[in-house]
Amino acid sequence: MEGPRVQLVVTCLVDAMAPRVGRAAVTVLERAGCRVEFPEGQTCCGQPALNTGHTDQAREMATHTLEVLDASEGPIVIPSGSCTEMMVHHYPRLFAGTDREEQANRVVARVRELTQFLADDLDTHIRATAGDRTLAFQYCCHGLRGLGLDGPADHLLYGVDRAEFDGDRECCGFGGLFSIEMPAVSGAIMDAKLDRLESSGAEVLSGGDISCLLHLEGGLRRRGSEIEVKHIAELLSGEVLS
Amino acid sequence: MSQPVSFLSRAERLIGTPEAAAIDRGIRHMAGLRDLAMTEYAISDEVRDRARAIRLHALSHLDRLLAHFTERVTELGGQVHFAADATEANEIVAGILQRSGSRLVAKSKSMVSEELEMNRYLESQGIEVVETDLGEYIAQLAGDTPSHIIAPVLHMTRHDVGKLFADELGVDYTDDPIRLNMVARVELRRVFLEADAGISGVNMAVAESGSLVLVTNEGNGRLVTTAPRLHIALMGMERIVPRWEDAAVILEVLARSATGQRLSVYTNVITGPRRPDDPDGPEELHVVVVDNGRSKILGGPTAEILACIRCGACLNVCPVFRTVGGHAYGTVYSGPVGSIVTPGLHGMDPWWDLPYASTLCGACEEVCPVGIRIPSMLLNLREIAAAEDRLPGWLNRGMKAYTAAATDPLRWARLKRLARVLTAPFSARGWIRRIPGPARGWTNHRDLPRPPKESFNDWWRENRGP
Repeated sequence: MEGPRVQLVVTCLVDAMAPRVGRAAVTVLERAGCRVEFPEGQTCCGQPALNTGHTDQAREMATHTLEVLDASEGPIVIPSGSCTEMMVHHYPRLFAGTDREEQANRVVARVRELTQFLADDLDTHIRATAGDRTLAFQYCCHGLRGLGLDGPADHLLYGVDRAEFDGDRECCGFGGLFSIEMPAVSGAIMDAKLDRLESSGAEVLSGGDISCLLHLEGGLRRRGSEIEVKHIAELLSGEVLS
Repeated sequence: MSQPVSFLSRAERLIGTPEAAAIDRGIRHMAGLRDLAMTEYAISDEVRDRARAIRLHALSHLDRLLAHFTERVTELGGQVHFAADATEANEIVAGILQRSGSRLVAKSKSMVSEELEMNRYLESQGIEVVETDLGEYIAQLAGDTPSHIIAPVLHMTRHDVGKLFADELGVDYTDDPIRLNMVARVELRRVFLEADAGISGVNMAVAESGSLVLVTNEGNGRLVTTAPRLHIALMGMERIVPRWEDAAVILEVLARSATGQRLSVYTNVITGPRRPDDPDGPEELHVVVVDNGRSKILGGPTAEILACIRCGACLNVCPVFRTVGGHAYGTVYSGPVGSIVTPGLHGMDPWWDLPYASTLCGACEEVCPVGIRIPSMLLNLREIAAAEDRLPGWLNRGMKAYTAAATDPLRWARLKRLARVLTAPFSARGWIRRIPGPARGWTNHRDLPRPPKESFNDWWRENRGP
């Protein structure tokens, strides 16, 4: 069956730091019957600048993103709750009362986070797999509180052996540039989270945002932990964990 | 006010200490109480929206409400004083106490008095002030400041308190909470009976009847406001609602959010001083309405923070507060709400960094019983800090370069290649253990992945391109 044509936005971090997540998103979207297109020239949604208070620069990056995406058609799918939330909730505010207001609203109306798109829009039969391993899932904050992504994630993770991961709805301490501006605080929040992750008995950690996951993976590596870190797109792509 | 050091350096001194461990334990307990209460009877969206509307309405009609309130209190025989700043407030209170010849003051919990540093001022005027809220009493004995707006000594353990009581009060050491309570009770009973005056805070004033609402769990608020012959109530000028039906909504969400109680143990309503047929109560009632920066907040982008009802729920769920505790914020109002209130009351200098002490996780807004949009106001303040050029140079330069790259695909590709080249000397098998420069903070605590050779863009062009 011919599925919808979708525009994949991979986010700056996936593009530069974790392209495997973008490839996994392509795989799962194609498995779900979509025709995946990749709007050329996409870079960063502008959230880093918004969060440091450089609002004008955030608007410049958002303008670039709008230009890139407005030239395409169909649902815009993003494997990140945080970047999706930025576009859905902050773009309208950033452009309110400007001559781009209409464009922003037009583009934002097409934006969907990956798990939301798969579970809610496509009602896909695809389910995530972690092989025979026990999974801890971190509900990343912006997607959880801003978009209600816990529902879609739980739906797609149905059948996966889940560890009881205490505090899985609490922040991991990443916070974007917070992790660099206030490293000791970010590190302490992360350490408390990793303690609970390790005592959960999980063998794999997953979540919907590679930003939080890279922070946690970096922390796990520093501890010499064996716990593997996978974005939910990777668990959905049918990749079998060794 | 504390010394002008940064949030980060105060936080760094606290991380990993017994104080931080006590905070973590205590805060999870408090957040758990709220969660439990919510499973019994959640604050519905309708109730939260109503509470929010009541508070926002009050903020936009403050002048009229305060005028009406003043009229009612005066009719009842009380006096209302307006204080523009801390100095004025302290002088008004000291003046009232001195005119009445008061030497000993029993005080119930008041965050406004902490904000005004009133105890210090009154003591300098030869007036003895004793805190009667158990937590505040302990903090006062220890010469410490509150670490949480509703649980002042959250940072102390019962062992700490046992040792403090033994040292300061000359009693035998015990860490049994019930025996410790009894020690404080005996000490405080004397103060309640001997005090010339009582000073209290105000949780809420009700304009239509000129009433003050005071919620406590220990009953000390009732003694402070009835036993001495003089009662002085301190209230922030925003702490008012029009009618009793509004007050009922606020009370419904306050205790539930703060401690998971349906209602606090004591809900006191004080309407005027003692009437001729009252069996007790103070002969004189003074209400000191404090501005101290609030009108400035009211006229700015963070006005909504004045809708806060000081339940403390946002502190209890904040990952940053949980990790470092209230003392890291350097002032009386801590946590997410404090990070907005403090720069508003006392200026961005030196408090501009408090809005950055947040991961913007949104847990605060989620639990706020009046739906205050805390993260977006933190962003407002960050925008102001950036515009005032308070951020470190590396961040400004870095963001400028990043923006230039992210608005031009060719420069974006170059930036990715540059990142890969620059990280080469520090990398082993795709990860970096130590890196110099601004990102060193990251590698102090965790490994940093090295950008892979092939970006997603490269992969797409190679495999899916035209």
